[in-house]
Amino acid sequence: MKIIILGAGQVGTTVAQNLSNEANDITVVDREHALLRDLQDRLDIRTVHGQASHPDVLERSGADDADMIIAVTNSDETNMVACQAAWTLFHTPTKIARVRAPEYLSHPALFSQGSLPIDVLISPEQLVTDYILRLIQHPGALQVLDFAGGRVRLVAVRAYYGGPLVGHELRTLNEHLSGAAEARVAAIYRKGAAIQPEGHTVIEPDDEVFFVAASANIPAVMAELRKAEKPFRRLIFAGGGNIGRRLASSLENDYRVKIIERDEQQARRVSEDLHHTIVLQGDAADEDLLLEESIEDTDVFCAVTNDDEANILSAMLAKRLGARKVMALINRAAYVDLVHSGTVDIAISPQQATIGTLLTHVRRGDVVMVHSLRRGAAEAIEAVAHGDKTSSKVVGRMVQDIRLPPGTSIGAIVRGEQVIIAHHDTEIESEDHVILFLTDKSRINEVERLFQVGITFL
Amino acid sequence: MSFAAVQRILGLLLTVFSFTLVPPFVVSLVTRDGAAAAFASAFALTLSIGFISWLPVRSIRRELRLRDGFVVVVMFWTVLSTIGALPFILADDPHLSITDAMFESISGLTTTGATVITHLEVLPKSILYYRQQLQWLGGMGIIVLAVAVLPMLGIGGMQLYRAETPGPMKDSKLTPRITETAKALWYIYLSLTIVCGLAYWLAGMSAFDAVGHAFSTVAIGGFSTHDASMGYFNSYVIDMIAVVFMFLAGVNFSLHFVAFRHRNISGYWRDSEFRFYTLLLSSVILVTVLGLYFTQTYDRWQDALLNGLFQAVSIGTTAGFTTAEFYNWPGFIAISLLFSSFVGGCAGSTGGGIKVIRLLLLVKQGLREITRLVHPNAHIPVRVGSKTVNSRVVEAVWGFFALYVASFTVMYLALAATGLDLMTAFSAVAASINNLGPGLGGVGAHYADMHDPGKWILCFAMLLGRLEIFTLLVLLTPAFWRK
Repeated sequence: MKIIILGAGQVGTTVAQNLSNEANDITVVDREHALLRDLQDRLDIRTVHGQASHPDVLERSGADDADMIIAVTNSDETNMVACQAAWTLFHTPTKIARVRAPEYLSHPALFSQGSLPIDVLISPEQLVTDYILRLIQHPGALQVLDFAGGRVRLVAVRAYYGGPLVGHELRTLNEHLSGAAEARVAAIYRKGAAIQPEGHTVIEPDDEVFFVAASANIPAVMAELRKAEKPFRRLIFAGGGNIGRRLASSLENDYRVKIIERDEQQARRVSEDLHHTIVLQGDAADEDLLLEESIEDTDVFCAVTNDDEANILSAMLAKRLGARKVMALINRAAYVDLVHSGTVDIAISPQQATIGTLLTHVRRGDVVMVHSLRRGAAEAIEAVAHGDKTSSKVVGRMVQDIRLPPGTSIGAIVRGEQVIIAHHDTEIESEDHVILFLTDKSRINEVERLFQVGITFL
Repeated sequence: MSFAAVQRILGLLLTVFSFTLVPPFVVSLVTRDGAAAAFASAFALTLSIGFISWLPVRSIRRELRLRDGFVVVVMFWTVLSTIGALPFILADDPHLSITDAMFESISGLTTTGATVITHLEVLPKSILYYRQQLQWLGGMGIIVLAVAVLPMLGIGGMQLYRAETPGPMKDSKLTPRITETAKALWYIYLSLTIVCGLAYWLAGMSAFDAVGHAFSTVAIGGFSTHDASMGYFNSYVIDMIAVVFMFLAGVNFSLHFVAFRHRNISGYWRDSEFRFYTLLLSSVILVTVLGLYFTQTYDRWQDALLNGLFQAVSIGTTAGFTTAEFYNWPGFIAISLLFSSFVGGCAGSTGGGIKVIRLLLLVKQGLREITRLVHPNAHIPVRVGSKTVNSRVVEAVWGFFALYVASFTVMYLALAATGLDLMTAFSAVAASINNLGPGLGGVGAHYADMHDPGKWILCFAMLLGRLEIFTLLVLLTPAFWRK
């Protein structure tokens, strides 16, 4: 696929990195020579220097035969105009733009094909906010990802001593679960390496387990893998920026929320916007302030400022002072690896939360959702099966008969409103949404090919 | 630095390139010239060396870093030159000494075209073909070819590509992916070669000569299958075909690419480097032809015109074919031709020298300093066409120029110290570092009379010129090897 990425910032760089490994033709446009040179050194891509929205710059980047344009410069206006220019002058089929300002986003009519022709709007702040929200709603989960409009979720948890299933074979999972609750383990990571889960695989303490279940059954499944955790009550967010404010406003009615914001003006603005949240002005890494706000009784301390180092350090401090769970927003990939499963319970990478949305549009076949996992090494995708038994390689076949590449498993199937947890004898029908987990992303081509409909169907 | 990763790539490259010994082997079998055994054993040796060095480290999966790229490129050029010398040593005829064989092989691969072999006509056909093929492989760059055919080089391919391609601005890719860029370059190169070969053949060359000369023309090499070079054919049509293709091969290949992709040749003239290249070459032609005419070197003005034109393009692009004994022409003409080879081809072409774009930048930089004297406070960007050139590029060009002159001086003095006369020493170093080939004085026709130390110095000069100084010299600095 020929893809033009406008803006070599954090999102642009991550996208370029992810996509260039997959045999795409990537061109990155930016106004900073230094950023481009740096990218060019590391990745097999082309770079073009110039103002991203200018038609001549787009033309130099190869817009006349590009399949997709991803506008992620730090200016909403540039992104919108670039998409307009790409559509009007070059008829670029897919246009994705990052638009942050809620002032634009609250008027969806702006983004229809007749006006600003943007096919997909992404707002990394919103994606990160949703991501953190799901983590807070599922205490104990390392990652919670939505599929099929939230009907099915993929959850990552760390198994602990005391979980009823820990030390037992996987096949006993559904016997343990009461009633109609069902789940399927999609992957297990033991000491960082993926294990293909089989019926006789025994879950060991400290395993990172990915399972798929209908949303309502998730607490029950998690209780099998670790002692059930009390729901969270008291939350502290460090940083009252875009993310902190969004989080607080959606959580303040059900939780006791505090925000620590360093800037006085910003603190006042946030306090005016929010109703039940206590906004504190001060430094999140100030020990006295944290103690005063009874950090030891806090369930979640989540650092979401735009400064990686401050996030990590304040989270570590909060953990030492007694906070139950600490999370930190970390942009830099190297830091994510560094703190993951250390003192900081959960490292949140905004890039990883964003990249899935973009990958959804790069994948061939009818793919409706992609989540990038484990720093891009693994991937969970939701693909729609089309065709019939003769034209499709999946429709009309049982799960055990589908020739999946190694390291790939089918977790669940969504048929209309119904969620079916995959068994070896589950038969896939046309228009089913199939949720797959790939521990090795380099096999993605084979999965894409499975879901492409043969010529005979046309 | 990871030696294992470097070793893996080198082994891989050698294994792949050992197969370039197959075509001359086939030629030898077909013509029954008795050199087949030499090629067979050279092939077996190269293949096994490559395979054995690859085998123990085959599972090393690490991307090449910037530094590894330099090591791989320099090592590969030296190793391949050494291995390329094997057929010359192993064959019963010419059966060269190690020094001579290395000189011939490096001269071939670097597209210099200086030869130590006399009486070419009596050599086995396969050896003659092999010399031409060496030039062709070296022309667009063996690494570029490797990047095109070995997709597993991955991102490391970019590091290698940059260390080998000529020109000051190496980040400009034709296509987003390096493999595609390398392929595009080789397709253009291949098409030029095919068209050139057909033209030669139609103009009356034998098929063997047509292929061989197409190889060395498009590579701007200068090897010929005859002692008299292009002069052997004694045909103005062939001379003019050569002129056209040497000129085309001296143009930046990305211009060919753009012209081909958009089916439109207007891009050539919009390019400042191309205009400057044409201007320079026209001036050299004009000076040479007028010089020949007024000194009455030739009796007929047509001879002066045609020989002057051919020689000016051949030397100006650093090919080094000859139709006449230009080294015996009046001194002014000979030396001005030699100086024109310092400029050479455009960046991203197969020509040698310091490249037209660098000269253009140097000139503009010089003019800027003059303007500064008049307007001390003015901001004056250096522009090529309508685009401002990054100051880092301009600085790098100055650094390159300084090192070029310095290397030239050192090697000139070294050669003079071995007892050669000054004209021979000067022209031999110039012809080698510019990848030109024929020099003046004692090295006009061939280098057979040069003594061994001189040949080794010139070998180094040829590699230095082909890898554009920096790539080779960076390996000689302590900072490079420091952990």
